[in-house]
Amino acid sequence: MTRTETSTVDTATLWGGKISPFSTSYGKLMMWFFLISDALTFGGLLVSYGFTRHSAQSAWPIGEETFNSLPFLGHGYPLLYVALMTFILIVSSVTMVLAVEAGHRMDKKGVIKWMIATIIGGFFFVGSQAWEWYHFIHGSEFGKIELNDGSRAIVKGHFGEIKNFTVIESGKHHSKGAVITKDLLHTYQHAALDGKIKDGTITLHDGSKAKINKAEDEHVKLIIKEDGANFSTGKTIEGMEAKKLYWEAMNSGIPNRVTYGANMKANEYGPQQYAQYFFFITGFHGFHVFSGVIINIIICIGVVMGVYHKRGHYEMVEKTGLYWHFVDLVWVFVFTFFYLI
Amino acid sequence: MERDDIYEYSLDTHHSEEEGKKVRSKILKVTVILTLITIVEVAMGAFIKQGTGIWPIVKWSFIVMTLVKAAYIVLVFMHLGDEKKSLRYIILLPYLVFIIYIIFILLYEAVELDALLKLYMGL
Repeated sequence: MTRTETSTVDTATLWGGKISPFSTSYGKLMMWFFLISDALTFGGLLVSYGFTRHSAQSAWPIGEETFNSLPFLGHGYPLLYVALMTFILIVSSVTMVLAVEAGHRMDKKGVIKWMIATIIGGFFFVGSQAWEWYHFIHGSEFGKIELNDGSRAIVKGHFGEIKNFTVIESGKHHSKGAVITKDLLHTYQHAALDGKIKDGTITLHDGSKAKINKAEDEHVKLIIKEDGANFSTGKTIEGMEAKKLYWEAMNSGIPNRVTYGANMKANEYGPQQYAQYFFFITGFHGFHVFSGVIINIIICIGVVMGVYHKRGHYEMVEKTGLYWHFVDLVWVFVFTFFYLI
Repeated sequence: MERDDIYEYSLDTHHSEEEGKKVRSKILKVTVILTLITIVEVAMGAFIKQGTGIWPIVKWSFIVMTLVKAAYIVLVFMHLGDEKKSLRYIILLPYLVFIIYIIFILLYEAVELDALLKLYMGL
């Protein structure tokens, strides 16, 4: 079997027909097949999310109640941040398709320009997601509270700033009369979790007791998420009554009545599975975006070095483009089913 | 060794400067559509509360708008609309059949499970 023999074999027998039934190259076809399987993975994740949600109907959190913050501006902006993220991803998808279009004209400079824009957009999205996760994990200043009748409520409104702790009973480090002004919210939240807040005083780590000086809360609103003796799921309580109920529970000195933020075991937004799905679905998608950025960088280096120009076509850009658009496509669905509905 | 007997499909997608202009204006059009749909979605999500009378309509319009967005991304950005009909169907049909089936079966089961949990466990 020599090389000359191979080249004389009829291509019809060699390759089973030299024309692709789909008029497309091998690489592109395989990328499509990979994307179908990946789409099934995401489809499975979102459908299982739907299953869990439908089997826990009323307790499930609502998107605009959970995601209503903007960096530097605080709360009260429902869905705006995630809308911004969606927009960033759509724009980076557009720049990618422009890179592909430039490739079709063999315009090397154009491909480089648009690919760099895509990479920047990708980094912006990953960064936004990092902020979103940080915010989700840390949660609000109020947390979710178990009221005195046993019902559990999420709390909306403006948390009055803690000004200082005035020590009223000496401990190991702090003596009576001292005023603590550092790390207040953090100390306060830890004490609240341990049930060390009672009637407006806080028991600090060293055993000293201090009075909490705090500004008044505003626009407090309780939304009941778990039934209790007096309140049932879905009820909202506003105004003075909400404030009174919240602080009665807070000042009871009983541990574990409040939940701040989210982890794999508990979260302040809703059932345990809610945070788990949030971490898994947005995390898996974020990982896709991240690997997409890496692949884009590698291909961009190839473009700069002229690898594809020598080859006579920019199909590699087209293939990474397919992957990148797919990531955008998945986000469109995550956005609807996780945040909007 | 260079194979000159295999058809090079990668070159089929090449186009001229004038065609490029047309393609770009189409991309711009799709960008505007996608952005507008997203703005409408966010406005509806922020201003219409879940559980109100028109919520079911809002929910279904979210799903329809999502599918419209997805169609634009797949058919225009991913160029599936320019591929051969056979390729289009071999990619979309198995997925659609499977996903509709799994959505139907799981959501149906979930609602039943919810009712059962309420009935027997008081949850």
